[in-house]
Amino acid sequence: MFETLSDKLGGIFGGLRGRGKITEANVQEAMRQVRTALLEADVNVEVARDFVKRCQEAALGQEVIKTLKPDQVMIKVVHDQLVELMGPIESRIPFVSQPPTVILMAGLQGSGKTTTCAKLARYCQMRGKKPILVAADLKRPAAIDQLEVLGKQLNVPVHTERDHQNPVKVCRNAVHAARKSDRDVVILDTAGRLAIDDELMSEVSQVANATRPHQIYLVLDAMTGQDAVATAKAFDARLELDGAILTKFDSDTRGGAALSVKAVTGKPIKFIGVGEKLEALEEFHPERVAGRILGMGDVVTLVEKAHETMDAEQAQKAQEKMAKGTLGLDDFLSQLEGFRKMGPMKQVLKMIPGMGDALKNVDLPESELNRFKGIIHSMTPKERANPDRIEASRRRRIAKGCGCEPQEVSALVKQFLNMRPLMKMMAGGGIGDRMAAMQSLGNMGQLQAGQVPKIARGSTKYDPRKADKIRKKRKRSRRRK
Amino acid sequence: MGLFDFIRKGLSKTREKLVSGLRAVLPFGRKIDEDLLDELYVAMLAGDIGPATADRLQDEIRAAWKAGKLSEAQEILAFLKDTIAGTWTSGDRQLARAESGPTVIFVVGINGSGKTTSVAKLCQFLRARGDSVLLGACDTFRAAAIDQLTIWAERLGVDIVKHQPGSDPAAVAFDACEAGLARGVDTILIDTAGRLHTQDHLMAELNKIQRVVQKKIPAAPHEVLLVLDATIGQNAVNQARSFAEAVDVSGLFVAKLDGSAKGGIVVSIHDQLAIPVKFIGLGETPEDIRPFDPGEFVEALFESEPEEVNK
Ligand SMILES: Nc1nc2c(ncn2[C@@H]2O[C@H](COP(=O)(O)OP(=O)(O)OP(=O)(O)O)[C@@H](O)[C@H]2O)c(=O)[nH]1
Ligand SMILES: Nc1nc2c(ncn2[C@@H]2O[C@H](COP(=O)(O)OP(=O)(O)OP(=O)(O)O)[C@@H](O)[C@H]2O)c(=O)[nH]1
Ligand SMILES: [Mg+2]
Ligand SMILES: [Mg+2]
Repeated sequence: MFETLSDKLGGIFGGLRGRGKITEANVQEAMRQVRTALLEADVNVEVARDFVKRCQEAALGQEVIKTLKPDQVMIKVVHDQLVELMGPIESRIPFVSQPPTVILMAGLQGSGKTTTCAKLARYCQMRGKKPILVAADLKRPAAIDQLEVLGKQLNVPVHTERDHQNPVKVCRNAVHAARKSDRDVVILDTAGRLAIDDELMSEVSQVANATRPHQIYLVLDAMTGQDAVATAKAFDARLELDGAILTKFDSDTRGGAALSVKAVTGKPIKFIGVGEKLEALEEFHPERVAGRILGMGDVVTLVEKAHETMDAEQAQKAQEKMAKGTLGLDDFLSQLEGFRKMGPMKQVLKMIPGMGDALKNVDLPESELNRFKGIIHSMTPKERANPDRIEASRRRRIAKGCGCEPQEVSALVKQFLNMRPLMKMMAGGGIGDRMAAMQSLGNMGQLQAGQVPKIARGSTKYDPRKADKIRKKRKRSRRRK
Repeated sequence: MGLFDFIRKGLSKTREKLVSGLRAVLPFGRKIDEDLLDELYVAMLAGDIGPATADRLQDEIRAAWKAGKLSEAQEILAFLKDTIAGTWTSGDRQLARAESGPTVIFVVGINGSGKTTSVAKLCQFLRARGDSVLLGACDTFRAAAIDQLTIWAERLGVDIVKHQPGSDPAAVAFDACEAGLARGVDTILIDTAGRLHTQDHLMAELNKIQRVVQKKIPAAPHEVLLVLDATIGQNAVNQARSFAEAVDVSGLFVAKLDGSAKGGIVVSIHDQLAIPVKFIGLGETPEDIRPFDPGEFVEALFESEPEEVNK
């Protein structure tokens, strides 16, 4: 099974718990593991090498705090370094005081430029701006149509000159026209080009010279491998980038390209694209991507996603309860329902630390979820709020109600009660608490991949039809009495 | 013109002479030692061959060295070529053909990998060998995707079956097969929407297209080509695995090899999943397609190394 970085480091520092300092000898082996983790996450070889050096320096001589294991200290060091290198966040687009603000988007073929242009137009619109999109990809078949369709969806005008061959002219015209209109943001969608294609790289720098954009963004696929560095460098050399936008972050990429790009250009990652829809644009959070790169999942996004799909009030309540440690099974159920709305369970659970790769081979089936639901639905509201009060006779009643075995009920309750304090730590608490909670959650995931919370295998599956039958039978017998 | 020349030509129009990466690690006469094996490992990683496969290859070289089969640096490239390329038999790389009636080829992959352009390329390739071809515009989702394929159909002078944007892709595929059968074409190329391998419902959609197509042509699809962008990193292995779970991926089409990316990830995919590469894409026009040649590929993989990273 997949070994996470934390497992590996745990192995290396095995006997060191609670005493001594992290020394050169054990740090070296640890750093090899860190390097492999980075490489597996597609961080560029050279960048990884430099990064590991930094971490090594930062780690040496760190006291092993009593409560934390050395491997945890190490992970924290690496994590913090990653966050520091990838940050700070710089998501605001600086609009100029004398409009229009001109934004140029460039990147390799198929990286997501056209879609991201439309996403940015929407972003500007939401901030009260009046953007215009400019179709400057005169090369790819139907590139202009694509931008027009997207513009129409947003009600944003699109500047097109279909009989032109020269994108420099089109862009210049568009900016001129915008100056005379009420449009205050001009977004230039350029054709995809290879970093090594001199001719096309000159063309895009001519566009830049002709339009003097206030912001120039590189659009890069978050799944890019080692090539991210060569690409980012070449575009930065020609265009003096203001930032990068990493697309397709909704995939299960570990996202090492983010570190590579930041390391070689020093320019901030402005946004990330997380879907094909035009609202799927998010701020870049170094902490989350750091977690992904290290294979520790993405807890914050998980929690946030859950909140987005639950309604706001419900979310607020759940958050408070989570912090107080009084989360009930009802809340748990609505979280699960929320997860369901977010899409396949498996993908959501992948974000839990340590679950990521463990889950790959295990299907956390919807049927399992249905089983939880069946059990929870058979409880009274009081029981749901206070699952710790469910004793044997209640357990039997609940089991009957949903057509399962009493052990399944107790397993669910037990798992839930185990999770509750961890959720509490996650919701409140400082970094130390959260790290510890993440670790424990992660360990839970590894011990019981696909069983969150899992009920004894081999026991009867919850079958809604069967449950219904039992329920009806009981009703009938009651009526007869 | 082979891939090597082709890439050279692509590069020469652009940038200064490249440093010879692996060759720099492997100068004539240098004796093999652990340091060299380490440098080699890094060179493989720089080409996107992931840690797992690079490790394995390094082990094989080490074993051959210890066994006295290799001793000097210059022997390594040939050894690597054999080791990597030897696993690609030529039979693997042929396009499948229907025993009778039209051959149906699905072209699938994640967003923006190069599917639609690769369909145009395959169309050109097949027509050059005398096949009649029909295109099915089954990306009904992305803005102007149908227009894009329509333009290619017009330029290439082939028929296309398409519906309205937003319509059911399986229905389009079904109609394409019906039209292909009626017109007696040799090959039906199905362009599909980009989908992430993590989107289970979209992977299920592929499966549905397959089922619906089989109502018309039971043995279809005869070929499912997964288009991978050469710039992609380790995630490609996840992609290949997930796509292969949903439909029988029979080969890879590696697009955008004309860039600075090495596409070394296909070595890992072949190593771990045994899916052969069938074609490579080397540009944006329909002519920019080549059948895959493992020897040339391995050569190109090690030809250069990325420039030093600025600190
Ligand atoms: N899942 C996902 N798909 C995306 C994202 N951004 C863009 N896409 C998809 O990626 C594909 C390519 O996007 P485009 O916007 O056409 O890319 P482009 O860079 O303009 O492409 P060219 O103009 O051909 O170079 C499309 O299918 C988009 O829907 C994202 O953040 N997530
Ligand atoms: N340089 C180069 N560009 C390519 C190659 N193949 C495709 N492209 C370009 O990559 C971009 C995306 O190609 P498409 O064929 O639209 O990709 P797709 O997978 O159909 O994209 P979606 O349908 O949006 O998912 C376009 O700009 C193509 O011109 C190639 O081999 N080399
Ligand atoms: Mg575009
Ligand atoms: Mg397409």
